[in-house]
Amino acid sequence: MNFQNMDVVSIRDFNREQIEETLELSREMLPYARGEKVTRMLEGKILGNLFFEPSTRTRLSFESAANRLGAKVIDVSQISTTSITKGETLADTIRMVEAYSDLIVLRHPHEGAARLAAHFSSKPVINAGDGAGSHPTQTLLDLFTIQQEKGSIDGMNVVILGDLKYGRTVHSLAEALTLFGAKLTFVAPEALQMPIETVKHVENMGGNITCTNCIDDVISDADVLYVTRIQRERFPDPAEYEKVAGMYRIDIDALREAKKDLIVMHPLPRIDEIAPEVDFTPHARYFQQAFNGIPVRMALLTLLLGGSL
Amino acid sequence: MRDIKVTPIRNGTVIDHITCGQALNVLRILGVNENNIDSTVSVLMHVPSKKTQWKDVVKVEDRELDPKTVDKIALISPNATIDIIRDYNVAEKHRVVLAPRVKGLVRCGNPNCITNKREPVEPEFAVDNQSPMVLRCIYCDRIQNNITDHLI
Repeated sequence: MNFQNMDVVSIRDFNREQIEETLELSREMLPYARGEKVTRMLEGKILGNLFFEPSTRTRLSFESAANRLGAKVIDVSQISTTSITKGETLADTIRMVEAYSDLIVLRHPHEGAARLAAHFSSKPVINAGDGAGSHPTQTLLDLFTIQQEKGSIDGMNVVILGDLKYGRTVHSLAEALTLFGAKLTFVAPEALQMPIETVKHVENMGGNITCTNCIDDVISDADVLYVTRIQRERFPDPAEYEKVAGMYRIDIDALREAKKDLIVMHPLPRIDEIAPEVDFTPHARYFQQAFNGIPVRMALLTLLLGGSL
Repeated sequence: MRDIKVTPIRNGTVIDHITCGQALNVLRILGVNENNIDSTVSVLMHVPSKKTQWKDVVKVEDRELDPKTVDKIALISPNATIDIIRDYNVAEKHRVVLAPRVKGLVRCGNPNCITNKREPVEPEFAVDNQSPMVLRCIYCDRIQNNITDHLI
């Protein structure tokens, strides 16, 4: 399948075969991602890393992935050091960086920024998060983590917990999991439950969905518990936030009825939603998940830049 | 007593089969106000219709519509018909047709969308559904809920 010069703006840009091929190559990248093997397959290539918004994992993992493949990285990580402060448009910045690099990775505070960048760039653009919009490489590494840890996504009962209303990356994840035959359970306080349009869309894709506001009712059947952050700013009343956040906090007690092989995932950063005591249980996979960003991004860079192992 | 509510026009455009209640929005699209038009504009609201029970009709004398205006009317009234009248006869008759993508007609309602940030792009939407009209911004992927308020 030809990925060369494709833009990765939304997970919807991929069909199932393309996702499978990316995950398969991600698996092959694992020893290189760990530094056990060395490759220079993208030597001579330059990655333009444009991060107009704070990011730790995504920026570092793209940089690490490029370095592991022998590519060089040029980057912008502080708007204050760029012409953006002089009022330059994103379109002009992209035209300039396109001339300096072979592929552009963009994190931007405004939704649709990556689609605009793809519109102006003849080089491939990877969306590393645009405002409250898409974050397709996160979805890919989430799928990869489930596949690696559980052997398959098909038939898995995935419980997604937290802010499901505003977190659009969760909507993309729900769509992608449905594409791979997972059963979904959405757990959230009523005010933050998955929007009805997304539920309908996923059901139209053939998805099997349960919605509830109580984690205790569903934890015993879960194969994967995917926790997301409930953001304080969604609640006008701080007391209400504390109450809701407390109800959805995952600690050892909350996992008492869980299957032995349940895995707990989180896109990170976490604040209070998973207690540190869970880190030391066999359920915790969020740090593994963060590591998986490297092989997945290595695979994607390789496919888009036409490298081969 | 004669039953003619609005007299036929000699030259101009008759926009018929407008979705009931949308006539004033059609006038907004036409940019009609007291300062910029010298000919007669007739507006009929809540007129009996064989097909849809009720409809609105707008007649504009001495003006033929350009394609961009017709596209905008299609957005708020997908079943409208446009009759170009020359010397009391219908010289051309066509239905408004909505393309699968509409560009430069509507602003995105999401204030955080990149198309609302002084970038050199025209807002563009995919027409996900025509009845009811569902437009999705091709940049930020949001559904545009209130089309008439965001017409350019």
